[in-house]
Amino acid sequence: MSADLYGLCGAALVGIGLYGLIVQPHPLRKILAFNILGGGVFLLFGVFARRGAALSLPGDPVPQALLITGLVVSFAATALAVALLLRLAAETGRARLDDE
Amino acid sequence: MSLGLDLLLAALMLGLAGWTVLGRDMFAAIAAFIAYGLLLGIVWVRVGALDVALTEAAVGGGVTGGLLIAAWARLRATAMVERKAGAGLAVLAALASLGVAVLLAAVVLHLPQPAPTLVPEAMANLAPTGLGNPVSATLMAWRALDTLLEKLVLLLALLGIWSVAPDAAWGARPAASVDRDGALTFLAQFLPPVGVVVGIYTVWTSADAPGGAFQGGTILAAMWLLAVRAGLADLPRVASRWLRLALVAGPAVFLAVGLAGFVLAGHFLAYPEAVAKPLIVLIEAPMILSIGVSLALMVAGPPVPKGDA
Amino acid sequence: MTELLSNTPGGTLLVFALVVPAAGLMLAFLAGGRAAMRVAFAVVAVQLGLSIAIARAVWDSGAALIYLAGGWRPPLGIALRADGISAAMMVMTAIVLAAVALYARTNFSAATERRADLTFWCLLIALSGAMNAVFLGNDLFNLYVALELLTFVAVPLVCLDGKPATLQAALRYLLFALIGSVLYLLGVALFYGAYAALDITLLRGRIHGEPAAYLAVALMTAGLLAKTALFPLHLWLPPAHADAPPAASAVLSALVVKAKFFLILRLWFALMPTLAEGPGADLLGALGAGAILFGSALALRQARLKLLIAYSTLAQLGYLFLMIPLATGPVNWLFWSAGAWTGGMFQAIAHGFAKAAMFLAAGLMAEVAGHDRIAGLAGIGRALPVATLGFALGGLSLLGVPPSGGFLAKWLLLTASIAEGQWWWAVVMLIGGAMAGGYIFRVLANTLADSPAPLPVAPRGRQYVVLALALCSLALGLLPAGPSALLQIGRVGP
Repeated sequence: MSADLYGLCGAALVGIGLYGLIVQPHPLRKILAFNILGGGVFLLFGVFARRGAALSLPGDPVPQALLITGLVVSFAATALAVALLLRLAAETGRARLDDE
Repeated sequence: MSLGLDLLLAALMLGLAGWTVLGRDMFAAIAAFIAYGLLLGIVWVRVGALDVALTEAAVGGGVTGGLLIAAWARLRATAMVERKAGAGLAVLAALASLGVAVLLAAVVLHLPQPAPTLVPEAMANLAPTGLGNPVSATLMAWRALDTLLEKLVLLLALLGIWSVAPDAAWGARPAASVDRDGALTFLAQFLPPVGVVVGIYTVWTSADAPGGAFQGGTILAAMWLLAVRAGLADLPRVASRWLRLALVAGPAVFLAVGLAGFVLAGHFLAYPEAVAKPLIVLIEAPMILSIGVSLALMVAGPPVPKGDA
Repeated sequence: MTELLSNTPGGTLLVFALVVPAAGLMLAFLAGGRAAMRVAFAVVAVQLGLSIAIARAVWDSGAALIYLAGGWRPPLGIALRADGISAAMMVMTAIVLAAVALYARTNFSAATERRADLTFWCLLIALSGAMNAVFLGNDLFNLYVALELLTFVAVPLVCLDGKPATLQAALRYLLFALIGSVLYLLGVALFYGAYAALDITLLRGRIHGEPAAYLAVALMTAGLLAKTALFPLHLWLPPAHADAPPAASAVLSALVVKAKFFLILRLWFALMPTLAEGPGADLLGALGAGAILFGSALALRQARLKLLIAYSTLAQLGYLFLMIPLATGPVNWLFWSAGAWTGGMFQAIAHGFAKAAMFLAAGLMAEVAGHDRIAGLAGIGRALPVATLGFALGGLSLLGVPPSGGFLAKWLLLTASIAEGQWWWAVVMLIGGAMAGGYIFRVLANTLADSPAPLPVAPRGRQYVVLALALCSLALGLLPAGPSALLQIGRVGP
């Protein structure tokens, strides 16, 4: 029951993150939205792990391990995006993705 | 009762996510995101993923949040004008996002029952890995190739972050913001040794209980950055050989043990059953150093020219 | 034909195609300075040998090579798998990387360590590993990690020179790439949730048209399209490819986008082979056709040479997507379907060689002329005769003039579309070819014009690298039937 609840929550988070990524023009906002979207995807992994609980385990360890790898990669991506953004702002005095 | 808690958590997370994406004020949005990360950490416990909860606590809300706040502080000096997207784009985006969310929800609710799972395979193959924690066994044995490649992702990400430095800064140190506050200095003197012990313990126990190189490395990174902030430690120069050795030590030992697997166990990234656990601990020890140093430096950012440090 | 997931002879070679660049990356990073460049040269040389050995082993055995990492059998473990298209793409990648390394030696070899030098050589080594990881991966999550490796290689390459415009292009590219990755990962999650397996071969046997599989593959394809820059998700590509240093532009345009396309092929032909018979395949073909027309039209209008080449990449990627509706179709598994498959892969390979040659030639032209405005390139033909010849030969391959590899590719796609009664693709290909003729001719006419003040004659060394790449693209069209038979090995069908 609560696995289904969190599954729905994950699906909604994906929608919210996707919307923010498309609509928000500021790069820092896009980075935030990317992390919300990522959180939704990771939550779905967690839900699928939970659904797979069997024997004495509270969840399927394989998707849980994938989740850990995914979190690390997602952090690395955020750090690189922030570094690029800060350098761009330092060079141009602006933090924008378009040239207007 | 517990369903009530889950409902509350899910509602709060959705609210915070909405605030992060739509809230007017950027700082408030980042604050909401950090709270979202903390709640996600609790949710991992609720869905029985303790290892994930620890990782989330380590990098999810915490370090990522700190990174974003630091970015916000530096961007404040630049023009923070946020323009609105056109109404047409907003409507299209809303329809597309809603469509994806609804389809996902429908699919998630109609997944096969009972759910397919690898738990039986995992438990049947746990003994030869010498580990008691199947999540660690997945990361270090069954899917070790992923883990090895992911360590290279970390190395490349750090190199990418360094690569946005100005040319004049190459070889120098990242900027360290020092804050010589009395209480902070006391904390920084007191916490790092404790943190180091906890970090190493975390790795050691991960073989049987939740924990692992990643969480341990994060604790080390946090301690180090704390000491730097109190002015008790320096960030290294990016040209330093010792630094680079510390960064590649983990993945290099991992790769070497993986290659030794050809001889010892007949396969790349295989461990002979009798010494599987010591070999995995041998990999994880330098790994926590490499992970700790990479994470701290990824947060610290690219090197800055000498005068600006 | 069902394949067993167990180690095959020659499977160990696949491990080394990943281990050599992994070890090389760490060594180059550790050693720094000029040593990093030497390590990179050693790695590209070994990788060239390994990729040829792998192609040879696939050819000799007539079946895919498989290696189970750690000896763990999927679904718990991860399998590496090389079939004919993996082997062919690996050889192309290794040749392009070797040529780019030779070319870049002049630009990135200061005696003391510099930011751009160390970054470039480390990324070149990492790219070799990341490309191979994509070509060899048979596990959807392992492929996700490979995709992320590629992202972390490609983004810093875009802004290697540190100028604000390139930083902006790199950031925009990174955000596109991240949306793409996260949509891909979402699909991976759905596959796991529905089948508790991630191995492509295992999943193929378990998928029976469940909605979860369709949604997953749609999300993954959408993510990969954003990363491939297929029209209309192309906005990030031209600035990212055109403003990078030439050696970086060459690998981005010739290699990186191909890896993402390769994954789309894996999803549509190896994972769910029935997909390519449905309306989705026609949609992808239509987007490809749009890319051909739109990219060519914009290429015709560019004033700068590197932007022209970047827009031409958009158009040439379009041809790749035409193979999706054509490699199945009503005469599935028969002669024309195999022809379309070969034609699409020939296009990927011939374009890789030709585009690398053209970007490197453009780099030399910009060095000599001091700019890359097409209207101001008069006299370049005299100053850089060999490079100009290389550019021209690469261009002929793009527009499909016989006997080039590009001709063979387009001919196979063209005949397949007519034979399968999908003549509309043929019309688009012919229009695209004419437009490519227009933009290539425009560049050549300018470079071959006499300049009022003669330019200094440039050294020949790097010009021969350009020519060699263009000749590879050309030679593909002259080879006997061998390569096309190789491309069919390990191919799966519905």
